Amino acid sequence: MDAALREIRLALLEADVSFKVVRDFLARVREKALGADVIQSLTPGQQVIRVVRDELVGLLGGGAATRPLAISSRPPSVYMLCGLQGSGKTTTIGKLGRWLKKSGRHPLVAPVDLQRPAAVLQAVQVARGAGLAVYEHDGTGSPVERAREAVRHARQKGFDVVLLDTAGRLHVDEELMDELAALRAAVEPAEILYVADAMTGQDAVRSAEAFKARVPLTGVILTKLDGDARGGAALSVAAITGVPVRFAGIGEKPEAIEVFDPERMAGRILGMGDVLGLIEKAEEAFDAESARKLEQSLKKRQFGLEQFRDTLRQVRKMGPLESVIGMIPGVRLPADAQVDPRRVVRMEAIVDSMTAGERRDHRVINGSRRKRIARGSGTSVQEVNQLLKQYLEMRKLFQQMGPSPSKGQLRRLLGR
Amino acid sequence: MFGRLRQKIVDGLRKTRDAIAGQVERIASAGRPVDDALLDELEEALLSADLGPELAAELRDRLGQRLRGEAVGGPDQVLGVLREEILALLPPRVPETRPTAPPRVTLVVGVNGSGKTTTAGKLAALWGREGRKVVVAAADTFRAAAVEQMAIWAERSGAEVVRSQPGADPAAVAFDAARAARARHADELLVDTAGRLHNKKPLMDELAKIARVIAKEIPGAPHETLLVLDGTTGRNAVIQAREFTRVAPVSGLVLTKLDGTARGGVAVAIGRELGIPVRYVGVGEAADDLLLFEAEEYVAGLLAPPGTKGE
Ligand SMILES: Nc1nc2c(ncn2[C@@H]2O[C@H](COP(=O)(O)OP(=O)(O)OP(=O)(O)O)[C@@H](O)[C@H]2O)c(=O)[nH]1
Ligand SMILES: Nc1nc2c(ncn2[C@@H]2O[C@H](COP(=O)(O)OP(=O)(O)OP(=O)(O)O)[C@@H](O)[C@H]2O)c(=O)[nH]1
Ligand SMILES: [Mg+2]
Ligand SMILES: [Mg+2]
Repeated sequence: MDAALREIRLALLEADVSFKVVRDFLARVREKALGADVIQSLTPGQQVIRVVRDELVGLLGGGAATRPLAISSRPPSVYMLCGLQGSGKTTTIGKLGRWLKKSGRHPLVAPVDLQRPAAVLQAVQVARGAGLAVYEHDGTGSPVERAREAVRHARQKGFDVVLLDTAGRLHVDEELMDELAALRAAVEPAEILYVADAMTGQDAVRSAEAFKARVPLTGVILTKLDGDARGGAALSVAAITGVPVRFAGIGEKPEAIEVFDPERMAGRILGMGDVLGLIEKAEEAFDAESARKLEQSLKKRQFGLEQFRDTLRQVRKMGPLESVIGMIPGVRLPADAQVDPRRVVRMEAIVDSMTAGERRDHRVINGSRRKRIARGSGTSVQEVNQLLKQYLEMRKLFQQMGPSPSKGQLRRLLGR
Repeated sequence: MFGRLRQKIVDGLRKTRDAIAGQVERIASAGRPVDDALLDELEEALLSADLGPELAAELRDRLGQRLRGEAVGGPDQVLGVLREEILALLPPRVPETRPTAPPRVTLVVGVNGSGKTTTAGKLAALWGREGRKVVVAAADTFRAAAVEQMAIWAERSGAEVVRSQPGADPAAVAFDAARAARARHADELLVDTAGRLHNKKPLMDELAKIARVIAKEIPGAPHETLLVLDGTTGRNAVIQAREFTRVAPVSGLVLTKLDGTARGGVAVAIGRELGIPVRYVGVGEAADDLLLFEAEEYVAGLLAPPGTKGE
């Protein structure tokens, strides 16, 4: 078990979880994993993983994330977004506004960043881009005054939500932290949402704690989760401040937001692959871009584990493999290769648990790496071995594949 | 006399209980034996500065090798050893590239919100103060009001801006700017690019294209490519550095937002792995809040005891 805990410590630190949180967390996991409730069929390592997952999910807020945003008894409900510079507040305002509007509410965007060059204009453009109304002004005056005006305006015009876009500020900037407290006192927000960058390192707890000390945060929005940061900051912030993460930002466009999912985040932090996220994404259509990429790699006869995983992903999105390959211009396939989606998810998790180097060159994956990958993906070494075999077969197939591969070739691909 | 970099870092640190030195002071009291328990605590102090688990473990080992078996001489002794070891990890200073004929082209790249446009604005101001003629390419045609933001910065320092419609091809803007910079005999061309996450292939390809197109108009350009890293970023910055280096000739780092409590220790890991030196440090949102990076100052700031007053 110690070996497993060491690995988990490393995984958490690599994911940027605060070293203090890691310390406390491991102590608790050790206690629980030694406790009664162990499942016979699991190896000690797997048991630890299970406890770790459960604990992580608990810390990340369990069901709290899905609580609806609070509504003030007297409209409009003010939602104030605050945070460090560049964390994604203004962009998130557009996304959140669009999300609220889709659920039947009438939000008004209120830019009160009078500091950063062109910040008001940015908020105006973001709002327009998301189809939202915005309280426009020339960027002069004081943030508190502008916020009051926006609320009055909303009340007159019947908007039931005001989205307050505050300037980025450092938690050690006393003047600006005073301003934030003054803003809160002036408009009494129903929600004060702390916008944090998923790439943040050890500093995440210091800043979040300091914000919380000045204004009562009601939620965290974690942005830039479309990147490849493991997002341990989410855990640090949730564990230390007790404020639940409510939303996740997953891109720059107005629709790139989703309700935060603690389970998926737990897997991500541990490097287990964003399995459930992939499943959700399966609803997205197979796009021409992926088809083109696949076609290119086909042409170049290059087929790395990354492409293998992309293909698996497409398989799951699209159903049977041939419909994927069938979309590649110039390739025609028979129509009955069957794939079990659950298996594919596990296979993806395995590839997700590999390092970039391992994906680039499968030959470096030795015995101990296989063990690590199995542990990381919650599978077995046997399954990892099998996946590598399948990958090599698929690669061979890709290299040989003429315009119409046989049914047998396809079935062999995924071991069916 | 302390320099401004050290002072700024110390200022930020003073406000946190987590300063390495503060922890070392608590941990490494004189007379305590140098054993695993002590080294574990020191390792955590290093982790808190975003040096990363690997580097922290390595420094722990080095400390162990140099001090084990003895009793601690006091926090200063431990800090002294740490300072030497961290300094040894930083890549040597490399002089900036200067082309034989102007303009010199500096490409500013990085992930979303790291501080690229602000850094470009500060550089334009810095060079403007030195009497150099600066042209700025507002090549972020994607983000809302990015062009206006860049234009306001440039206007403040009297630099000329080359811009285009929103949604225009950023490479075309860069190309036009390169032309304009030559035609107007500018000393410096600064190219501000849109924030992009390094795992988005099309965006990274776009960046490679921008660099290529500039080189077509001005051979040897970009002479400097600055990767702007948010100083609060953790481990992901290492991957950012790796990936941006693949598509653009990154020659230096800019570490922003060090006026807060983050230490940007990940730059040490990047320097070690990729040999890319830190060129500048951002310590605020005003035009003169950009400092030349000095390794000794930085490490001194990193390790300065809390409560230290500079100057
Ligand atoms: N990829 C990605 N980019 C994001 C996300 N959220 C915001 N961004 C980008 O991050 C950058 C900064 O976003 P802003 O909305 O300007 O951040 P801000 O917190 O308002 O910044 P300040 O007002 O200067 O403090 C922009 O380039 C955004 O497009 C996200 O979820 N994913
Ligand atoms: N405190 C502090 N804030 C900074 C520093 N550098 C930049 N900022 C702030 O960080 C925020 C984002 O800066 P930008 O220059 O817009 O970042 P960017 O990388 O151009 O962002 P995108 O173009 O959206 O990717 C702004 O609010 C800046 O004022 C710094 O050194 N210290
Ligand atoms: Mg903003
Ligand atoms: Mg910018």
